[in-house]
Amino acid sequence: MTMLTSAIGARARSVVGRAGQLPIVPLVILGALIVGALFADVLAPHDPLKVELTNALAPPFYHEGGTMVHPLGTDELGRDILSRLMHGGRVSLLIAASVIVIGGLVGVPVGLLSGYVGGLTDSIIQRAVEAVLSLPTIMVALVFVFVIGQTYLSIILILSPFVAAEIARMVRGDALAIRRSNYVSLARVAGASHLRVILRHILPNVAGTIIVVATLQVGALILVEASLSFLGVGVPPPTPAWGLMIDGGREYVATRYWLSLFPGLAIVVTVLSINWIGDWLRNVLDPRQQML
Amino acid sequence: MTRYLAGRIFQAFIGLVFITTLVFFLVRLTGDPARILMSEYAPLELREVLAERLGLDRPLYEQYFSYMGGLLTLDLGRSFSGQPVIDVLLARLPATASLAFASLIVAIVLGLPLGILSAVYRGSAVDIFSRTVALFGQSVPAFWLAIMLVLVFAVILRIFPVAYSQGIESYVLPSIAIGWAAVAGIARLVRSSMLDVLDSDYVLMARAKGLPPTVVVVKHAFRSAIIPVLTFGGLVLGSFLNGSVVVETVFAWPGLGKLTLDAVNGRDFPVVQGAVILIAVFFITINLLVDLLYAFADPRVRYR
Repeated sequence: MTMLTSAIGARARSVVGRAGQLPIVPLVILGALIVGALFADVLAPHDPLKVELTNALAPPFYHEGGTMVHPLGTDELGRDILSRLMHGGRVSLLIAASVIVIGGLVGVPVGLLSGYVGGLTDSIIQRAVEAVLSLPTIMVALVFVFVIGQTYLSIILILSPFVAAEIARMVRGDALAIRRSNYVSLARVAGASHLRVILRHILPNVAGTIIVVATLQVGALILVEASLSFLGVGVPPPTPAWGLMIDGGREYVATRYWLSLFPGLAIVVTVLSINWIGDWLRNVLDPRQQML
Repeated sequence: MTRYLAGRIFQAFIGLVFITTLVFFLVRLTGDPARILMSEYAPLELREVLAERLGLDRPLYEQYFSYMGGLLTLDLGRSFSGQPVIDVLLARLPATASLAFASLIVAIVLGLPLGILSAVYRGSAVDIFSRTVALFGQSVPAFWLAIMLVLVFAVILRIFPVAYSQGIESYVLPSIAIGWAAVAGIARLVRSSMLDVLDSDYVLMARAKGLPPTVVVVKHAFRSAIIPVLTFGGLVLGSFLNGSVVVETVFAWPGLGKLTLDAVNGRDFPVVQGAVILIAVFFITINLLVDLLYAFADPRVRYR
């Protein structure tokens, strides 16, 4: 008995402790990134597309010859790197957000349906979900962009099924467990329709999972989008995208490492913050899923 | 077991048919492949010649069956360079496969001990270190890591070569760049799986018997903890294929990833199509093997 109460006490303490430790650092970083990306037009010191060949490959401020006019230097066409980073963040976040919205709008209903209805419907949906998830994203996106064309919209449409499948898989798992719970049976006995049970009793209980999966997927999407731009099949140049900037700096890496270093750091810091927040959300919202 | 085996192989077969059919229709749904292959300014006659050569003037069902029939005999058509696609692909396969193998070794050698140690010494400095590594592993793009590794170890320190060469030393940097992301995944999974097992009754029993901690961890806990990690194997290889496209590009590695990218840029459609099919086959086979291994390791799966 003492063991039990102490276990409950520990559990209550750890829940409070988990919720109490708001991840300030990543939230602040991410907030700054979002503000920088949204208001890049106003905040960026220069026009990200303005070519200034006489001032090409200027070093960052801490280097000999660097100035605060271009704090992070300029690229091979004399474009300001800091301004391009800020506008590049907008591209990454815009694409990731769009894909998450589309993926959620498709994935959540499909997952709910699959988990709640079960049976043959569930089997068919799950085979399709497995098939999508077993494909190598970048390889497939590479080929699809080749066929459909290289635009914002095509990249969003290509990445959406992967996110939808992942969300559907997680939502389905939760819905399956909740369907068997007593309160769902009681709601049915009380005369609630299937739709009402799904919307009132199941959806609120899978909301935590949806938020966690969506957050972690944003991080993964930013990496995939960057990889595609790096390969030259992402957003078309001269749009400033982080992956494109890394690729542009690649041939100068031996002498001007900062061309590739800064956009890479921008990706790492952004994705790290998002994953950090995602891990925290997972601990707070869904202790069962705790992996870390 | 036989029934499970047959069912699983049938599923894999259906998966293959699905993907190859998808590739076939995808190309044709977007309109005339001859237009994708050639510039829109190309003369109409030239496009018609190409369409005829690719068999695009025949009815769709005829094209489909000859395409599927070709697949059965490993005939994937000819590259625009004139070589049979299957030869082009097979020539590049060893470079990618050996790199994937090296990456897997990197991922296991680093990920497994990290996961085990962080589960056994839960909450300690080792645990925090391993969780930090895991968080970073999921946040660093492979292609950027590759470039930074080249900068530090090839350009500045001159320990490893900048690009592909025949020797074993050229595998070091690319396999770290590709395997890095999987280190995190493996460590995380091993950790959570070990934590579950370490709390179980039979581990408690083994401890109560007075067995040395190392024996308990390695012999009792690790053996059952490894089962979920096996399924992860399929996903890991998937991430390697993703990683291989970008990392092979950085290191000028003569593998399938670079081949696909070059074919996309060169609009060499038969090669692109062939590469996708080969990768799908590879993927489905790996997943099948993992499932069979899983069934072998955990008898409950067979009787589900």
